[in-house]
Formats: sequence, C-alpha cells, structure tokens
Amino acid sequence: MTHDHDHDNELDPFAARVRALETILTQKGLIDPAAIDVIVDTYETKIGPRNGARVVAKAWNDPAYADWLKRDATAAIESLSYTGRQGEHMQAVFNTEETHNLVVCTLCSCYPWSVLGLPPVWYKAPPYRSRAVIDPRGVLEEFGLTLPKDKKIRVWDSTAELRYLVVPMRPNGTEGWSEEQLAELVSRDAMIGTALAREPQGEPA
Amino acid sequence: MNGPQDLGGQMGFGPVAPEKDEPYFHAAWEKRALGVTLTAGGMGAWNIDESRHARESLHPADYYSSSYYQIWIKALETLLKRHGFVTERDLAAGKAVDAAATPKRVLKAADVPAVLAKGGPCDRPVATPARFRAGDRVRTKNFNPTGHTRLPRYARGKNGTIEAVRDGFVFPDSNAHGRGENPQWVYTVVFDGAEIWGEGADPTLTVSIDAWESYLEPA
Repeated sequence: MTHDHDHDNELDPFAARVRALETILTQKGLIDPAAIDVIVDTYETKIGPRNGARVVAKAWNDPAYADWLKRDATAAIESLSYTGRQGEHMQAVFNTEETHNLVVCTLCSCYPWSVLGLPPVWYKAPPYRSRAVIDPRGVLEEFGLTLPKDKKIRVWDSTAELRYLVVPMRPNGTEGWSEEQLAELVSRDAMIGTALAREPQGEPA
Repeated sequence: MNGPQDLGGQMGFGPVAPEKDEPYFHAAWEKRALGVTLTAGGMGAWNIDESRHARESLHPADYYSSSYYQIWIKALETLLKRHGFVTERDLAAGKAVDAAATPKRVLKAADVPAVLAKGGPCDRPVATPARFRAGDRVRTKNFNPTGHTRLPRYARGKNGTIEAVRDGFVFPDSNAHGRGENPQWVYTVVFDGAEIWGEGADPTLTVSIDAWESYLEPA
C-alpha cells in the first residue's frame, strides 16, 4: 500500500489542535483552506534566501546598485521584484573590514521574509534572542564563526518595522564572476550575520 | 509589558544549536499553523501589534515551553475568542458550534499572491517634524508599562546616539490596544555595549534598537 499521507495529524496533540481550529474557521466561512495551501506553497517554493542572495550578488557586482541599496533598500530590492509581507521597510547593512553586522529580534521574530523567506527555528528561539545582544561572539562561535578580536560587532535589534539584510563582504578570488555565480556564495546565515560569504572553491560552477 | 518575550540579555537558555539544512517546516501541522494564522489575520479584525501582544501575554512557563508556531496558535485562539469568531464551546467540540462575528473580509486563495506581495506597510505621515537628528545624544525612557511596548528592558534608561531618522510609523504601544495608530517618528539609536551591559561588556560591541520618538528624551 502507498504511504504518502502524513500521520502527525493523528499522533500529535498539537496537530489535532491546529486541525480543529482550521476546521472551525472553515465551517464558519471565516477562512478559505485553499488560501492556506497557496501561502504554504509561496513560502516553500517562491520566497526564500535565494532572493536575498541575488540582492547581495548584484550589490557586489554593481556599485550603483550597492549605493542605491544603502540609501533606499526597499526600492532597490523592489526593483528585483522582491516585495511584500515582512519586507515593507527594508534596510541593508554592509559588513566592512572594521565591522561585522548581526541581526536579531529580541522581542519576537521579526525577519525580512521578502528576501530570506521564513525564519529558521533558532532565530525565533530564546537562546539566540537572549544572547545575540549580550554575547554575540559566543553566539557566532556556535555557528563556527570566530571573528578577529579587534573586529567591531554591531548588533541590530529589530524592535520596529524595519527589516535588516546583512550584505556580507565579497570573497577574494571572485573577480569577473557573474551575479548567478556570486549568489551561490551567499547563504541565508550570511545575510543574518551568523556566517560570512562562502570562499570560492576554484572556478565557479 | 515585562513579559516572557523580552529576552535580550537573559541567561540560562543554553546554546543556539543551529540545524544544518533546516527545513522550513518540521511537521505538516506547522504549515497549517502558518496558513491559519495568516488567513485569520486576513479577516482584518486585529493588527500586528495586537497579535504580538497576544503572544507575549502567554504565561511565561507556557511561552518558554512552546515552539514559535505553537505560540502563534495559542495567541490566535485568544484573538479569535476576543473578537467573537470562536468560542470555548467550538474549541472543546473541535467543530463550529456557536455563531461567529461577521469578518470584514475573507482571504480567498486567488487573492493570496496579491495580498502577500502588498504586505502591510505601517509607515504613516507624522504632523510634526522629527524632534531629533542624526548625531544627537538621547536617553531612553525608564518605564515599565503593563501593556505592549517595543522598548526592550535592556535598553531602558540608557544613553545612546541617534544614528538615523527613519520614517513615521504606527505606534505599537497604543495600536496594540485599539487606541489608534498615533504615528511617531522612529529612530535608529545605537548604544555602546558597556552602556548597556556594564562591567565585562564586549568592548567591540555596539547594539542598536529602532525607537519611537516618545521612548526618547535629550541626553
């Protein structure tokens, strides 16, 4: 027999609670369950960190775009068609030789959905939210990132409706790379600030 | 409120433990939780500030033992009950029992892409000019409001510098409680690590918050 359905609705009490809520709201005509399918599909397949990576790669390759991104990130990002929920008011912050940037939301889970998609569990959980502002170096060590002792660290606590995208430094040895090739070096974590851009491994793919 | 959500500088939660190649969802019900939360929000009965306040109003023991999607669903039940869409009897039965309030609108599948693409901008014109300019020294208020606020405890009563004047934004402290949007100027305020954490602070650290004007006074 096929086994392509999932069982957690039957096994997990919280799954049952969510299903009951969806049932109640649907029966009352307050929500359209098909709308849920579209939302899930959007954030599973259409909106994710590849969006942000393209923004970063373009900024690396195009000084005029980088300047625009610095001055008006919302408009610069919108020009690549990345808009919408939890990306309405964007700020791009650029890592430099002197300063490393790290983004957190200590009060909830504010995150730039339009360029990074849905946040990972750790970003929303107490260990990261509590420690990023007081012990960022300790936090970064847990991501395998050790910064030089004299590197300045700037932590951006997203307490209002501005959403922050970190633009990591462009790795050496990537001169002449296309935006598509460069984007492959930009991870989600690098755009939160818990990682750097990947070093190139030989010639681009 | 000094609730469980206000986590900056708290200790004892252990390591961050990032998950390699983390999936967007860890169970099928999380997908439905995301969608139910967004579609129910689409009725337009509450705003994002009221949602956040419902989440931070969970009992601390409940908040800290819940995953974020669990926090969302528990707060959503509160909101749905508060606004007359769902009753305890509905929840106990697991199906619709009582009649519901009439929503302003129902988010249909066909409208989802446009609604998500539009988002919910919360910048607003402010009648008065900005009180502070970049470079100004400011002190954050020391207060302990029982309602919603976006000034974290660790940044209260601290001296900092205005780094940027942003825009006028809806004021969450009133908007969360149905007392109007009352937009104010928002500023990025940067603090030295030592000003916030004192003895033993990382000397290379600066921390910024985005603060509404009424959180600030001249230093």
